[in-house]
Order: sequence, then C-alpha cells, then structure tokens
Amino acid sequence: MRDMFKLFIAVVIFSGLSGGVLAAIKNATQDRIEYQQLVFVKGPAINLIMEGCTNDPLQDRFKIMDQDKERDFFVGEFDGKKNVVAFETYGKGYGGDIGVITAVNLDTDEIIGVAVTTHSETPGVGSKAKTDPDFRRQYGGQPITDIFKVKADGGKIDAISGATISSRGVSAAVVQSGEIYKRLKDDLKNKMKASQG
Amino acid sequence: MAKTAVQEFTKGLWAEIPPFRLVLGLCPVLAVTTGVENGIGMGVATTFVLVCSNVLISLLRNVIPKKVRIACFIAVIATFVTVVELLMQAFAYPLFLKLGIFIPLIVVNCIVLGRAEAFAAKNKVIPSFADGLGIGLGFTLSLGALGGIREILGSGMFYGMPVFGPSFQPFGFMVQAPGAFVCLGLMLCVMNMLGKK
Repeated sequence: MRDMFKLFIAVVIFSGLSGGVLAAIKNATQDRIEYQQLVFVKGPAINLIMEGCTNDPLQDRFKIMDQDKERDFFVGEFDGKKNVVAFETYGKGYGGDIGVITAVNLDTDEIIGVAVTTHSETPGVGSKAKTDPDFRRQYGGQPITDIFKVKADGGKIDAISGATISSRGVSAAVVQSGEIYKRLKDDLKNKMKASQG
Repeated sequence: MAKTAVQEFTKGLWAEIPPFRLVLGLCPVLAVTTGVENGIGMGVATTFVLVCSNVLISLLRNVIPKKVRIACFIAVIATFVTVVELLMQAFAYPLFLKLGIFIPLIVVNCIVLGRAEAFAAKNKVIPSFADGLGIGLGFTLSLGALGGIREILGSGMFYGMPVFGPSFQPFGFMVQAPGAFVCLGLMLCVMNMLGKK
C-alpha cells in the first residue's frame, strides 16, 4: 500500500511540474503567437483585399465584444479616410471550416473585397476558393446586407466548378459577416471615429 | 565498456544513425521530407526534445520509481514537445504551418522514448547529453539528406532555389508519399552496401 502511494505521488508531482512549466511558457509566448498568426494566416488575405490602403491594417486593429465572443477588426485607410473595416467569419466547407475575411466600406455598406484565410478544402478543387481571383471578385462591390448564395441554390454567385460546397461555405461566411456588420455597425462607427483622431 | 562522451556522440552520426541503422522514427522521416527545410526543421525540433529529455531523465534517474518510469518519461517528453511547439509558433510560424501535426507527434517518436529508456535512464548526465545530441544530429542529417534528394528530383529545387534550368521536368513522384518509401529504401540499400566493406 505504501509503495502504491509513493508511485502515485511521483506521477502527480511529475505531471504537476510539467503543467506548471507549460503554463508559464504559454503565458510568455501567447502575445507573440497571436501576432505571428495574424501576420502569416490573416495577413496575406488582409493585404490582398486592402490593396492600396495607406496604413497597416495588422497594426491598426481593435476588438469588439459581440454577444459572447470577442472579434478582431482591422482598419483600412483609403484616400486619407479610415472607412474600411475587415473581419473574419467562418463557413462550413467540404473539409472543415473555411475562414473568410470580408472588408466593408462603412460609408457605403459595400463589400470592398473577400479573401480566404484558412481552409482544408481539396487541393486544386475547393482550394481555388482561396487562389482563384475571379471567384473572390464576385463579392466585391456588392452590398454587405445581401444574401449571398451560389447559383445552384438560387443565388447569383458562380460556384467554382466541382467545388459547390466550398463556394457555399464562402458565401455562408460572407452572409454571416453581413449579420455581424448589421449588429455592430454603430459600435464600429464609434470606434472608427475615435481612431480617426 | 565505458565509452567516452565523444564516442557516444559520434555513434549517432554513423554507427547508429536512427532512420538508416536503427530504422526507427520512420513516420516523420517519410512524412515531412518533401524538402530540405522541412526535414532540417523537424530534425532540429526532435534534437531539442531528445537532448532536453535525455539530460532531465538522466538527472532524475534515481528519483523516478522503476514501476512508473514510462509514465514519467512520457510526461517529461511531452512537456518538451509542447515547449517546442509553442516556441516554433512564436518564432518560426511558417515552419510550424508546414510541419503541423508532426510536431506534437514527436511525443510518440520511438527514438525519443527509446533513448530515454535504453540510455538516459542508465547513464550519467554528460554521456546522456552526448548521446541525445549525436542521435538528434544523425536524425537531422538523415532528414536533411532525404529531403534534399526528394526536393532536387521532385521539384527541381534545393532549399527553395531552382538548381536546374527551366527545361527540367520535375519528377513529381518523389515528393509524394510513395516516393518517400522508394527513396528511403534506396538510401538504406546504399548505407548497407557501404557498411559491408
């Protein structure tokens, strides 16, 4: 019995120490990891849709509590005016969630652009949602309050051939962005005014 | 019997070079060696875990109760692997994206547990350190060599830079999974032929 107890104590101490060390390191690296994820995962997509902006949207960002979730918003400055905001939503794709960044013009409620960040779609088929500029461009210039659907579902978006599910996922994510945008528009405007200085 | 630390170190580089002589740890060897960079990144991560876990286990070899030693070894190894994962996310995010799931899987790499059980648990700290470093470097070299051959033949590049003229047709088979088996098999064959002399 005493022996059992000793073994038990040894394992508990080992796991406890490991847990403590890991918690400390996680704490120390958390901010850096968050920034790296921004730069390498969301960065390329944001820079793609915010082409021609005069600030760095990755630096110029803020958070807003939306219901029970905190969301990141990236600000784009065009012609000396900060009136574009970009944020990420997710839609269900063929191989899991597709992350989509949507940039919206706050003055006109128009979509500036849409780009895919993370996905696990089939390479060469569904992955075109990320790489095919013609697919992305269909969303540009449309009002964010529209309901986006692929043509097979009675909408106006041309699906990528062979990848209806992926195209549907992107559309669903953009529709979700519209809902968030409607919900938070006033908050967004206030935040933007504050950062305008 | 008593070997010097230098001998413990050098045996990992040739006599017991892990994938070729011990034929251990083949899962990452086959999966991540599509290029030199991936191979060496994976090798360095594994070396870090090997050296750290070997040293710590050797220090604690008289404290760890024999009956629960495997559980304790795994706790130590898993801790270091998570440390590597966090550090890689913080400082080498693109590499982390490429290696992905294979970083946490270092925990179940039998080389690491094998060295802990067969060497570090029975030897002093300095030989254990040398053993871990030697085996780790041997592993890194093997992954680098395999990755190099596959990258040159499969995509016509070395470390991301083209080595052949534009007329070179890449032998795409080599960067796919079956190519890994064929290439590893041929390298094993060459190693055995050289070893016979």
